[in-house]
Amino acid sequence: MAVSVPTSLAEAVSLLSGAPDSVVLAGGTDLMVEANSGHRQIASVIAIDRVPELRTWGVDVVRRNLWIGSGVPYSTVMQPGIASLVPALAQASRTVGSPQIRHVGTIGGNLGTCSPAGDTLPVLAALDARVHLASVSGERSVGFDEFMVGVKRTSRRPDELITGVTIPILNGWQGYSKVGVRNAMVIATASSCLAVDTDGRSVRIGLGSVGPVIIRCGEAEQWISGRVDWSELSVSNADVDEFGLRCGAAARPIDDHRSTAAYRRRAVEVLAARQLRRAFPNG
Amino acid sequence: MAEFYGLRVNGTNREVVDAQLGESLLFVLRERLGLLGTKGACEQGECGSCSVLLDGELVCACLVLAAAQSGREIITIEGVSPSGVSTDVQQAFVEAGAVQCGFCTPGLVMAAHSLLERVPNPTDTEIREELSGNICRCTGYGRLIQAVADVARVRLSNGVSRD
Ligand SMILES: Cc1cc2nc3c(=O)[nH]c(=O)nc-3n(C[C@H](O)[C@H](O)[C@H](O)COP(=O)(O)OP(=O)(O)OC[C@H]3O[C@@H](n4cnc5c(N)ncnc54)[C@H](O)[C@@H]3O)c2cc1C
Repeated sequence: MAVSVPTSLAEAVSLLSGAPDSVVLAGGTDLMVEANSGHRQIASVIAIDRVPELRTWGVDVVRRNLWIGSGVPYSTVMQPGIASLVPALAQASRTVGSPQIRHVGTIGGNLGTCSPAGDTLPVLAALDARVHLASVSGERSVGFDEFMVGVKRTSRRPDELITGVTIPILNGWQGYSKVGVRNAMVIATASSCLAVDTDGRSVRIGLGSVGPVIIRCGEAEQWISGRVDWSELSVSNADVDEFGLRCGAAARPIDDHRSTAAYRRRAVEVLAARQLRRAFPNG
Repeated sequence: MAEFYGLRVNGTNREVVDAQLGESLLFVLRERLGLLGTKGACEQGECGSCSVLLDGELVCACLVLAAAQSGREIITIEGVSPSGVSTDVQQAFVEAGAVQCGFCTPGLVMAAHSLLERVPNPTDTEIREELSGNICRCTGYGRLIQAVADVARVRLSNGVSRD
């Protein structure tokens, strides 16, 4: 194995295009598990954790966007700076692994792995985040829904580096909830991010661990956005329950070693209804 | 392929020779540098036994690619008290009965130091959350949490910061 440690984005990108069979190493919390268990033979590694451009975040006030570099670790996302702008992403980050994992694990790594259980992914989906990619032939960005194409499958080309995400900053309640066997260090059995855009009068929801990709419940979103009383910011109990059921119906869960399809569907029904009630406390 | 690179461990420059480049920092510390204080158990980041500080941050050494860490400051359990005298955290663990089989202890001592460095007066919830990456199968955690709370109290009443 060969190891390179680039210290600029340009260097990282050119190393990767020179050797597209290299693996990109960010925090290592997914990759090293595979390497330690011998499941993955790695010929060459490009360690990107010293590329300063990837470790920054900032606000574009004009576009009302938050930029988060792919190398920003969860421990930074949880801090008030980002948490005050996209609280759901901070909540999701706080549920990842343990402090040790959150110090080094990155958003870019969560996207690179793209497991349906990745905790930041329902948030990126619900908020219509864009994923930015760079290679020697240029930069491009894709909506999250075009980035994640299957279980651990993305539309990233092997010569492309994920440079970061842009996330629209919304006015309105947002939150992330996760069901697992315990509070700490747990992979989601089912998860949900609900976000309200009071200016656009819409409710969005992204479900994790209940399908091959993150599920956006388009039909349920449209229906509930038309049922909310936007001047009172209220919604009836009956509509809250119905919204839960419609989101559950949109899920495509399976039975596996972590849970059953039936349990997962019920879990997202409860999470969706609960989050909607939190978003609109008045009946 | 035998390889050669340098690491800075506990304030000293160390040379790693005859290594495979895919080795974890945990493996290199124990098997190549003879620092046996850092424990290996799950080797998948779940148990925290191998916790060390990398540029001041608590990480699982098993998930760190050693060959990519040249130029970084690595502190292991051997480095928290170079003089060999127990730190206040280590002493509090003994007094609270927070050490039983001892296998998780080095990692938990690292985690406790790291927490108290950043949060001098942690709440019970903060202690539990910050230690949640370290698994202990003997104590049931009560005494561990007690030990950390004791250190915080004593440090605050003495007005002592660690350096
Ligand atoms: C004990 C433990 C607990 C965990 N708990 C959770 C959890 O609760 N929730 C959760 O979502 N995840 C969890 N994970 C998984 C992991 O921590 C996350 O997926 C994390 O975000 C991975 O980030 P990383 O920087 O460590 O990625 P790495 O391991 O460095 O990389 C992961 C993948 O992404 C690719 N990659 C990384 N960065 C880039 C980039 N910039 N461009 C292109 N490709 C890139 C890598 O090549 C690799 O394929 C856990 C892992 C462990 C070991």
